Amino acid sequence: MKIIVCVKQVPDTSGKVAVNPDGTLNRASMQTITNPDDMNAVEAALKLKDETGCKVVVVSMGPPPAMGMLRELLAMGADEGVLISGREFGGSDTYATSQIIAAGINHIGLEKDDIVMCGRQAIDGDTAQVGPQIAEKLHLPQVTYAAKIEKTGDTLTIQRMLEDGYMTIKVKTPCLITCIKELNEPRYMSVGGVFESFNKPITVFDFNTLKDDPLIDLTTIGLKGSPTNIFKSFTPPPKGVGQMLEGADKATCDGLAEILAAKHII
Amino acid sequence: MDFNLSQEHLMLRDLYRKFAENEVKPLAEEVDEEERFPMETVKKLARYGFMGIPFPTKYGGAGGDVLAYVMAVEELSKCCGTTGVIVSAHTSLCCAPIYENGTEEQKMKYLPALLSGEKIGAFGLTEPGAGTDAAGQQTTAVLEGDHYVLNGTKIFITNAGYASVYIIFAMTDKSAGTKGISAFIVEKDFPGFSVGKKEKKMGIRGSATCELIMENCIVPKENLLGKEGKGFAIAMKTLDGGRIGIASQALGIGEGAVEETIKYVQERKQFGKRLSQMQNTQFQLADMHTRMKAAQYLVYAAAVKKQAYVEAELAGKKGESYSADAAMAKLFAAEAASDVTRRAVQLYGGYGYTREYPVERMMRDAKITEIYEGTSEVQRMVIAANLGVK
Repeated sequence: MKIIVCVKQVPDTSGKVAVNPDGTLNRASMQTITNPDDMNAVEAALKLKDETGCKVVVVSMGPPPAMGMLRELLAMGADEGVLISGREFGGSDTYATSQIIAAGINHIGLEKDDIVMCGRQAIDGDTAQVGPQIAEKLHLPQVTYAAKIEKTGDTLTIQRMLEDGYMTIKVKTPCLITCIKELNEPRYMSVGGVFESFNKPITVFDFNTLKDDPLIDLTTIGLKGSPTNIFKSFTPPPKGVGQMLEGADKATCDGLAEILAAKHII
Repeated sequence: MDFNLSQEHLMLRDLYRKFAENEVKPLAEEVDEEERFPMETVKKLARYGFMGIPFPTKYGGAGGDVLAYVMAVEELSKCCGTTGVIVSAHTSLCCAPIYENGTEEQKMKYLPALLSGEKIGAFGLTEPGAGTDAAGQQTTAVLEGDHYVLNGTKIFITNAGYASVYIIFAMTDKSAGTKGISAFIVEKDFPGFSVGKKEKKMGIRGSATCELIMENCIVPKENLLGKEGKGFAIAMKTLDGGRIGIASQALGIGEGAVEETIKYVQERKQFGKRLSQMQNTQFQLADMHTRMKAAQYLVYAAAVKKQAYVEAELAGKKGESYSADAAMAKLFAAEAASDVTRRAVQLYGGYGYTREYPVERMMRDAKITEIYEGTSEVQRMVIAANLGVK
C-alpha cells in the first residue's frame, strides 16, 4: 500500500503580496510555502503511515525550487519525492495540470490498495479543480472536502464537510481524497527527519519522461494548450461602510424597504 | 572559510523557529510567572527529536552535529530561556558524558531513553562548598562489594526532580585530591537518592533547580562512569561542552531581545516620531545586533570545533582541544546577552520594566548565563591559561 500526495508550492500570502504590472503574481519576489490544505493531506497520509506502515510518496509539479519543499515533506516523514518539472509544462491551467499530474501518478504506478490525496485547493488559484480532475483522468472514485478519514481494510470511511453539515461516505481503494484544514494539525519536520531527508530519493519527471504516457495529449498541456486564459487580474475594491438603521418602528422598516427597493433587492 | 550554513542546517533553523514561535513562545510568560517546569513542551521537544540532536541514530539520537544542537538551544532561548536550558543541561551535561565516556553497555542502557526524550537527564557536581572550586567535593562514594554507597548533597541542580538520570560526582579517594573524584550514573529510583529544596530564582524561573540528597545511596558498580579517579577530568570535559550549550542559550536570549526591541521601536511613538526614527535607538540597536552577531560567530565556531574533536576521538585520534573556544564563546555571549537585554529594557522605557513585555524576563534570564557552568571569571581563567599567561 502506498499513498501518493499531490502538493503545490505557493506564494506565502501571509507576507507581502507582490503583483506584476499585468496583474499576475510576482512569484519570484515572494516567499514560498507548501499549500496549507496540501499540508493537511500530507499529515493524513503520514498518520495512515504511522498506523499501517505504508509508503508515502509526495508529488509536485513546478519549477526546480519546489525540490526544497519536497525535501521538507520528506523530513516530516514522507518516503519519496517526485518533482514533475519541464518548460513544456509551464503555464498549465488546471485542465492541463491535472492531466500531467495524472500521467505522473500513472508513471509511478497505482495499485489496488493505493490512495491519492490532495489538498482541497491552492491558496494562489483557489480553484479546487486539480484534485477532482486527476481522479477523473485516472478513473478513480473521489471524495472531496475530507474532514475525517478512517481506514478499515480496503475501505475508507470519510466525513465530507459541506457548508451545512457532514456527509459520511465509504469508498474502496484505490481512490482520491481531497483534504481540508479541519482534518488535522500538520506535524513539524523532525530533527532526525531533516538529516534522513537527504538520503531519501527525489525523482524528477521531465517532459520526456511523461510525453508518451497515454494520459498526455500534447495539444492540451502547457500555456498554449491550456483552455483557460486570464484576461485581467485585479484586487477587488474594498466594500464600502454599511448603512445602519436603528429602531423597531414602522418608519424605520419603511425606510429599510425603500432602500432595498431602490437597490432592486426586493 | 565558509560562513554559510549547510542545507541541513538551514532546514533545521526553519524547523526550530517554527517550533519555538508556535510551541514555546506562547508559554514563556506563564512558565516564568508561575515558576512552572514546562513538561508539555518537553514532550513535544522529545517527539520532534530535540532531546538527542548531536548523537548517532544507533543510540536513538537524531544523527546531527554539535552545530545543529546549539542552533536549537539558540532558537528556543530566543523565546524562552527556561526551555533552552532544559535542553542544554539534558544534552550537554547528561547525554554527552555518557556518550563520550560510557561503556557500550552503559550507552545502550541509558542513551535510547534519554535521546528519545522519554527520560530527562541532569548533572550533579556543585555542592555548598564546591562551586567554582569544584575540586572541593565532599560527597563520598565507597565501594562495598558489587555497589558503591554515596553520601552527600548537591545543590543548584538543573532539571532536578524531573530528571530520571543524573551524572553524580563523588570522592572515591579523599587523599588523592582531584584524582580521587569519580563519576557515576545515578537513577532517581536508586535507594537513598532524593530531591531536596527547590530554589526560587531571579530568572529561568520555569527551570527546576533543586538540591539532591544522597543518604547511603546504593549505586551498582557498573554505573561508575569512566574509571575511578577520572571524575574530575570527565566533569571538566563535560563542562567544556556544556559551556557551548549555555553560550547558545545566552546567544538566543540576546537575539530574542533584539528582535522584540526592533518590533517595539517601530510602533512606539514619542515626540511625534517613532522611536526607531531616533538616532539613539538606531545606534543602540546597531550595537546590540553587532554584539549578538559576534557572539554567534564565536558560539558556532566553538560548536564546529567540538564536533571535530568528537569525531577525532571516535576515530581513535587525539582531538584538538576546544576548551578555550568554548570559554570565549560563553564569556562573550553571556556578557553580550546581559548587556543587550539591559539596553532593550532601557529602549522600552517604563514598559520595559513591566511584565507586560518580554524584555524584563529576558534581562533576568540573561544574568544566569554569566554564572552557571563556570562564571565569567572562570572562563577568563581558562582563556588566560590557554594563552600561557600564568
